[in-house]
Amino acid sequence: MLANHKYIAFETILIKEIRRFTRIWLQTLVPPAITIGLYFLIFGNLIGRRIGEMGGYNYIDFIVPGLIMMAVIQNAYANVSSSFFSNKFQRCIEEILVSPVPNYVILLGFVAGGVARGFAVGLIVTIMSLFFTSLHIEHVFLTLFVVLLTSVVFSLAGFINALYANTFDDISIIPTFVLTPLIYLGGVFYSIELLPAFGQWISALNPVLYMVNTFRYGILGTSDVNIFWALFLLMLFSAGLFVTALYLLRRGTGLRQ
Amino acid sequence: MHNINPQNAISIRNLQKTYANGHQALKGIDLDVQENDFFALLGPNGAGKSTIIGIISTLVRATSGSIQVFGQDVATHVYETKLSLGVVPQEINFSQFEKVGDIVMTQAGYYGLRGALARERTEKYLRKLDLWEKRDNRSRMLSGGMKRRLMIARALVHEPRLLILDEPTAGVDIELRRSMWEFLQELNRNGTTIILTTHYLEEAENLCRNIAIINQGQIVENTSMRKLLGKLARQTLVFDTCEELTLTPDFNDPDIECLRIDSHSFEVSMSTSRDINGLFSVLSGQGILIKAMRNKTNRLEELFLSSLKNQ
Ligand SMILES: Nc1ncnc2c1ncn2[C@@H]1O[C@H](COP(=O)(O)OP(=O)(O)OP(=O)(O)O)[C@@H](O)[C@H]1O
Ligand SMILES: [Mg+2]
Repeated sequence: MLANHKYIAFETILIKEIRRFTRIWLQTLVPPAITIGLYFLIFGNLIGRRIGEMGGYNYIDFIVPGLIMMAVIQNAYANVSSSFFSNKFQRCIEEILVSPVPNYVILLGFVAGGVARGFAVGLIVTIMSLFFTSLHIEHVFLTLFVVLLTSVVFSLAGFINALYANTFDDISIIPTFVLTPLIYLGGVFYSIELLPAFGQWISALNPVLYMVNTFRYGILGTSDVNIFWALFLLMLFSAGLFVTALYLLRRGTGLRQ
Repeated sequence: MHNINPQNAISIRNLQKTYANGHQALKGIDLDVQENDFFALLGPNGAGKSTIIGIISTLVRATSGSIQVFGQDVATHVYETKLSLGVVPQEINFSQFEKVGDIVMTQAGYYGLRGALARERTEKYLRKLDLWEKRDNRSRMLSGGMKRRLMIARALVHEPRLLILDEPTAGVDIELRRSMWEFLQELNRNGTTIILTTHYLEEAENLCRNIAIINQGQIVENTSMRKLLGKLARQTLVFDTCEELTLTPDFNDPDIECLRIDSHSFEVSMSTSRDINGLFSVLSGQGILIKAMRNKTNRLEELFLSSLKNQ
């Protein structure tokens, strides 16, 4: 396929994905605004005042970056897993599979859709946080870069989940049993300095910790982890998941009989 | 395969498919369809028609064998072969939530078309298939026949040289079926090779020049439509009488078998090479008045039987 044609195919998938999540905005854009808004209100504002400081910041300032990250992660994942699975379920994925679009363009298209949703929700939640605290972003490019990497990692994970899924249950099991614990234990609500040595060691195995902390560093300028090490790990994760997803696509897992 | 005729739109060699559950759906298919042909693939439920189409369009992976499209192997020349192929599947496979126009535009995008050209093609084929007025409707609001036409428009948007339709007229009313036939014939006249699967011999008879019959994963007949119909040796006619039959009519001819069905009808089985005028004179002679006559045979069934017998 000509490079230009591949680009058109990529753009087609991306536009279709964006059209999808904006069409069903009540299911995609409003719920994260409501839940994260409640977190801001209850944990940040009401309970936060009693907690005082965390990691050297007001509690609300500490959890805002974590909660934005949580929204980005959940939405990037949900976008790709539910869109791709519903394409499989309705069989319209066949439209792409019979066309000459190469596998990596299919993958990039869906991942870009997840990234778009991650950024859209991230932006909405960020704007909402302004009602609770004043946000000053220390390192703008780093912050955006971390959102990008995080959305890529979880879009890819959502894609792989959807490839294996046979029912709608299969795409809600992983978020419930894997994603939620990783996020809650990934330093969204607390600094891992509060944990005993063993807890810190276990936390270091959690990829979400690196995302949340790098993002927090981008906004506040402090982090529990080494930023370069974290960025390196995130890129490694993206590459590993990308290769895995591509391999599965090529084998036709869950798609071609 | 080295000596495959380059004129072939499609060449299938020793194609086998065993599904994951162990079911052997194709048992070594060899099939050639010439460029510009209008070709029918006929066969009963479960014969393996959709499996063949699935393999051609890469949705199903072959267990063994090879397929060439316009002389190029689908496994090695993925881009070229897919570009020259349009497929209308047996079952609805577009998003139920998208608009009709968007579905066709999106498909154009997958083939590297966009902007004015994509819009032009989308309009052209939606108009040809009588769906232009519906372009802003969500696809789930279309009727069954419209959905089928939408899949045809979608398959044509990149103007493939080979169009494969898997039971395009299933669930389509007679009037619409005729207009669809005309549309396909025009497409074929303009140079598109067409392969369609069907359960109806009438459809194959009306449209196709060549035909293959498949049964239980094997090609049992591969010939021209004309030769095949010539092979249909016998026909069965059913007669309804005006008055009650007192006795079974007697034609006094070893080639003609007559069977009484009930008090007001009987059937006659005879060679297709003979005329049926003689029947009426015999019946008049015996004072039997005929109210109605029809051709009983499920000719398709007969075709299968004779094809299987000749194997
Ligand atoms: N995914 C699958 N797994 C297992 N067996 C399958 C699968 N798909 C089809 N088959 C079997 O393979 C055989 C051929 O099926 P296929 O769909 O190719 O038939 P067909 O000729 O298209 O029939 P129809 O006229 O009913 O559409 C059938 O026995 C069917 O049950
Ligand atoms: Mg079929």
